[in-house]
Amino acid sequence: MRELACDLLVVGAGPAGIAAACAAAERGKKVLVLDENPGAGGQIWRAGTHAPPRAAEPWLARFRASGAELRSGCAVVEGDAARQTLWAQDAEGLLRTRAESIVLATGARELFLPFPGWTLPGVLGAGGLQALAKSGWPVRGKKIGVAGSGPLLLAVAAWLVEHGAHVAFVAEQAPLGRLARFAASLAFQPRKLAQLAALRWKLRGVPQLFSSWPVRANGRAHIDSVELATDGEPQGFLVDALAVGFGLVPETALAEQLGCALDASGAVAVDAEQRTNVERIYAAGEPTGIGGVENALLQGELAGASAAGDARAAHTFARRAARARRFGRALERAFALREELREMPDDDTIVCRCEDVRWDAARELDSARETKLQTRCGMGPCQGRVCQPALHFLKGGRADRRRPPLLPLTLGELAELAADRTTLEHETSR
Amino acid sequence: MKPRALVIGAGIVGAACAAELARAGFAVVVLEAAHPSAGATACGMGHVVAMDDSEAQLELTRTSRSLWEELLPELPENIEATRAGTLWVAADDEELAAVHAKHAYYLTRGVNAEIHDQHSLRSLEPHLAPDLIGALRVPDDLVVYPPCAAAWLLALSGAELRVGLAVERAEARRVLLHGGVALEGDLVVVAAGEHSLPLVSPALPLHGIKPRKGHLVITDRAPGFAQHQIVELGYLKSAHSHDGSSVAFNLQPRPNGQVLLGSSRQYDRTSDEVEPAMLRRMLERAFRYMPKLRALPAIRAWTGRRAATHDHLPLIGKVGAEGPWLAAGHEGLGITTSLGTARLLSSLIAGTTPPFDPRPFDPQRLCAEASHG
Repeated sequence: MRELACDLLVVGAGPAGIAAACAAAERGKKVLVLDENPGAGGQIWRAGTHAPPRAAEPWLARFRASGAELRSGCAVVEGDAARQTLWAQDAEGLLRTRAESIVLATGARELFLPFPGWTLPGVLGAGGLQALAKSGWPVRGKKIGVAGSGPLLLAVAAWLVEHGAHVAFVAEQAPLGRLARFAASLAFQPRKLAQLAALRWKLRGVPQLFSSWPVRANGRAHIDSVELATDGEPQGFLVDALAVGFGLVPETALAEQLGCALDASGAVAVDAEQRTNVERIYAAGEPTGIGGVENALLQGELAGASAAGDARAAHTFARRAARARRFGRALERAFALREELREMPDDDTIVCRCEDVRWDAARELDSARETKLQTRCGMGPCQGRVCQPALHFLKGGRADRRRPPLLPLTLGELAELAADRTTLEHETSR
Repeated sequence: MKPRALVIGAGIVGAACAAELARAGFAVVVLEAAHPSAGATACGMGHVVAMDDSEAQLELTRTSRSLWEELLPELPENIEATRAGTLWVAADDEELAAVHAKHAYYLTRGVNAEIHDQHSLRSLEPHLAPDLIGALRVPDDLVVYPPCAAAWLLALSGAELRVGLAVERAEARRVLLHGGVALEGDLVVVAAGEHSLPLVSPALPLHGIKPRKGHLVITDRAPGFAQHQIVELGYLKSAHSHDGSSVAFNLQPRPNGQVLLGSSRQYDRTSDEVEPAMLRRMLERAFRYMPKLRALPAIRAWTGRRAATHDHLPLIGKVGAEGPWLAAGHEGLGITTSLGTARLLSSLIAGTTPPFDPRPFDPQRLCAEASHG
């Protein structure tokens, strides 16, 4: 099998991964970054047919100059923490990568909560719709509703407006009062306030609703309208598409597979220098708790500097990162999901698309784990990437740990991977 | 008032016992440490199969299979019961001879079976390797989805289910819980798989049930890839290897087109992690029988633990002179034999004529085995 060795392996080329790679490479380390997308930037800085956002440019330039090597289109499928080895898959097949240290910067996934009609064509994840649009799906002139929760909604809505879409509404489930208090707490963070003001300016004229969430998406072959409940009052809108996202959840599958412990909120537990409980494995950015770009950049720099053995720099970043983390926590509290959202699905609402599981089959079951066993919810090809975070919210508890492989492989590749793991185990036990 | 039966364990065997005892007029309480089907029932294939490892095994599996057959019209859709049939494939002349012997034996025992040669085998399952020279097809073997089958049997029993209870000790008429609480009943059935013997120790030796780890892989949907549960004839050889580890080709097409692939056997494994060396051996074995498997997308691999006894027969009967009753140690056949086990146990409890010779299943044989060395 092809093998690549380096000092530091970074998984994910979003802001946290880029920062970690820069920090380590600039300190003389040989850095390899693995990323499943076609180019650097992650979900947030993804370029596609449009140029990457301006904020990304200096980072992307620094990344190119750092000497870190980027392998795009390269998805990690399995890891062996004891041997500091990850296996990845690219267009040519499987690849073994080994390093002194590993930084997990795997980002986040959008949280989809099921509601009647959410599986209709034209109902998309907020981030997913943006990604689709960046790769060429035309939004100009389309009437698009944006619903769910979190700062991503405003960002997506503003982006859609900029690209010529007609945004019908932005429906945020959190109450205005809670968000106003959060905004007030930003008084000492002028940059964040300025960002907020800029977003709101771009969205002038767009109805911004609070304590509002989708009740039903209507349409036969495609969504044509959506009904919202705003402060308990029904409200209908005609739309060509609906972008929904109920916030982000840390992407922890690889971390879990490597044996990294999670905290109570389901994020990877890290110390003040971004170390996980597994020796020489760091985590940075959203996997350690949703905190946004600046948080991710700081954590990435911190992890990279720490992995490169620069304790002094790490110490400096650690203080700034702690502040950023506090901001992340406050953000989480401000946009906390309300209880009523658990009532969104009705009996016929699909909760697991892979296995066609309807809510009436799952509603009465006690836990996420039992739901998985009894209904096969989460056992399909996506292995619960979409439905499990929703089920955690709807039912509480986690189904169980992820089973290998992290991404579908052919049985032939699975055997090849198992053979290579066996070889490596023999080599290293001698 | 109805007599009260306490059943420990809400896997497929405990669920079947609960249903049978309820039918016999007991008010049943099922005690479960985790949640229903949390153990081996969650991990296996759900192949309901006649197996002829021994005369006793064939009696138990054949009886059980016909009990499943009787239930077929009632089973809800989520159990996904299908009459897939089993194809026992032969790779060489020795195994082909075994096909013929098995065929003759099955016919004398009233188990439908038919012999296929190399040519007709190809038309039954085109993806099998062309050098496989024959097979025995057992058309009446079934496939079910075990966790839903167990849940259905539990619901059928009307039993009161108490989850999250850690049982420390089972006696003839009493169950002691962790923390000193006791539950009383008119009888107690231990159906806790590999966790059963510690509950009745020292009446039976603890090593009478050993966990035997197995690996499984499931693919994405590939409708039409295979029609039968396909097992290599060397499967029994693998099942018999007492020392070390073994693999055997065992494939099941799920009704939705997914393919479940096994099998492996290992004693003395403490970790439930997927082990690369075993996974590789198991997959290579499967590729030898069905080379085209290599191209199917695998979505998940996992492991489970079978509760195995030294003679590959479950422990069904009374522990000592007083009890409690035991229904455990079903190894890889718990789904198949759950119904026959429950039927036998219920007749032993009632003192009626058992459906087949109960002696080979008597748990007391463990004591004899222990004293012999």
